[in-house]
Amino acid sequence: MSTASLQLDAHGRMKHFLCIEGLNRQLLTEILDTAESFTGVTEQTVKKVPLLRGKTIVNLFFEASTRTRTTFELAAKRLSADVLNINITQSSTVKGETLLDTLRNLEAMHVDMFVVRHNDSGAAHFIASHVAPHVSVINAGDGRHSHPTQALLDVFTIRRTKGPDFGRLRVAIVGDILHSRVARSQIHALNLLNTGDIRIVAPRTLVPAHAESLGVHVYHDLEAGIEGADVIIMLRLQRERMQGALLPSEHEYYELFGVTEEKLAVARPDVTIMHPGPINRGVEMDSEVADGSRSVILEQVTHGIAVRMAVMSMAMHHHKKSKA
Amino acid sequence: MNNIDDISGILDGMASELAELLNQAGRDNPAMVGIHTGGVWIAEQLHRKLGLGDPLGSLDISFYRDDFTRIGMNPVVRPSQLPFSIDDRHIILVDDVLHTGRTIRAAMNELFDYGRPASILLAVLVERDGRELPIQANVVGVHTRLSAAQHIKLLGPEPLALEIKQGS
Repeated sequence: MSTASLQLDAHGRMKHFLCIEGLNRQLLTEILDTAESFTGVTEQTVKKVPLLRGKTIVNLFFEASTRTRTTFELAAKRLSADVLNINITQSSTVKGETLLDTLRNLEAMHVDMFVVRHNDSGAAHFIASHVAPHVSVINAGDGRHSHPTQALLDVFTIRRTKGPDFGRLRVAIVGDILHSRVARSQIHALNLLNTGDIRIVAPRTLVPAHAESLGVHVYHDLEAGIEGADVIIMLRLQRERMQGALLPSEHEYYELFGVTEEKLAVARPDVTIMHPGPINRGVEMDSEVADGSRSVILEQVTHGIAVRMAVMSMAMHHHKKSKA
Repeated sequence: MNNIDDISGILDGMASELAELLNQAGRDNPAMVGIHTGGVWIAEQLHRKLGLGDPLGSLDISFYRDDFTRIGMNPVVRPSQLPFSIDDRHIILVDDVLHTGRTIRAAMNELFDYGRPASILLAVLVERDGRELPIQANVVGVHTRLSAAQHIKLLGPEPLALEIKQGS
């Protein structure tokens, strides 16, 4: 069964949340609207709602991540769920337990939802296809495949900043597209919302083959790529990949693709600057850009919680309905 | 199907009853909160008639319902908005129909997550039988008795009309 079809039930409702592919615009908009309604929770003195009280959510992280895990944990706690963080790299697999055995053991503890991050593409899908029927799986990033909640929080941030009409927007995604699960999910989400012009801007070595088939325009020159852009999303350059033949050096990348206030002159004056974090200052962009008034990088972090609350409550909701 | 006419007249009566009640209890400077969706429509009118100082607050109690696990989430949840501090304020909570009392229970839970009000008064346009919780309104526009199969619904916002339907 494909990932896209596994995540929805026969009525088109969300059962697991594994990737942006396979969602329709209506469901995507419903998630964003639900996230919008959760933004008010932080204004309460008691910053939580009792929606998932008594539910147990396990953050199953096979790959290190502070920000994503923290925002998932906070999202679950603001829904009043009980949360368990399991860092598998230091746990069972070290002792030789298989992934399926780990899953079965956690299921035996009556867990209601797994939030999974794994460095293998398809890991969340694998887990979703093996869990008990009452358990939901949320993909928190799998290999190079998908990072759907990041893409959701990005389009949520764009919608809040630029309004709901994506048709008039030019969005440029700059950086390592080839290795980026974030870029892949972003492109799908932006396409679903009928974004007018989606551009990817990267050195030739960091663009996947047949990138145009994703419905984007490809640029290898930064200033040409961000010209007239309403939104620029920078991706993290993963330093561990710098040693290979893909890039000569961080410095050279910064010279050619690092975004500075000066280079931003070709973008629209009200351009919105985004980055999924963590930022490499002086590599993907200047501090002046990252901390400038057009940057919404910290808003993205805040929105990440509301978006994850929406996805968790909607997936949990499905199971309640189907049981009734 | 039969409709209760003259909602505007009922609202006038509710407003003066509320004013008198607040006056008797010495509750100065109250703030009003309507419950989505019908309660907000009623609250908008009462708020205007009473000439309250603070803007109207609104609650969407979807995240506080006790039947979430049975019926799931309302697909369209609007953010709750309380444009004033709840702490030590006299609150007038407004809804369209008081039936089981569960909505009011949820609304009070949500209010308390915003702060500790000095007091809460409940005003409803329609009160019907079928209470499942010990909750009563302080001000009621219309008292009705309906069979369990009947539903009463406020249509609006313009014009406001009450509709009684024979349910299945």
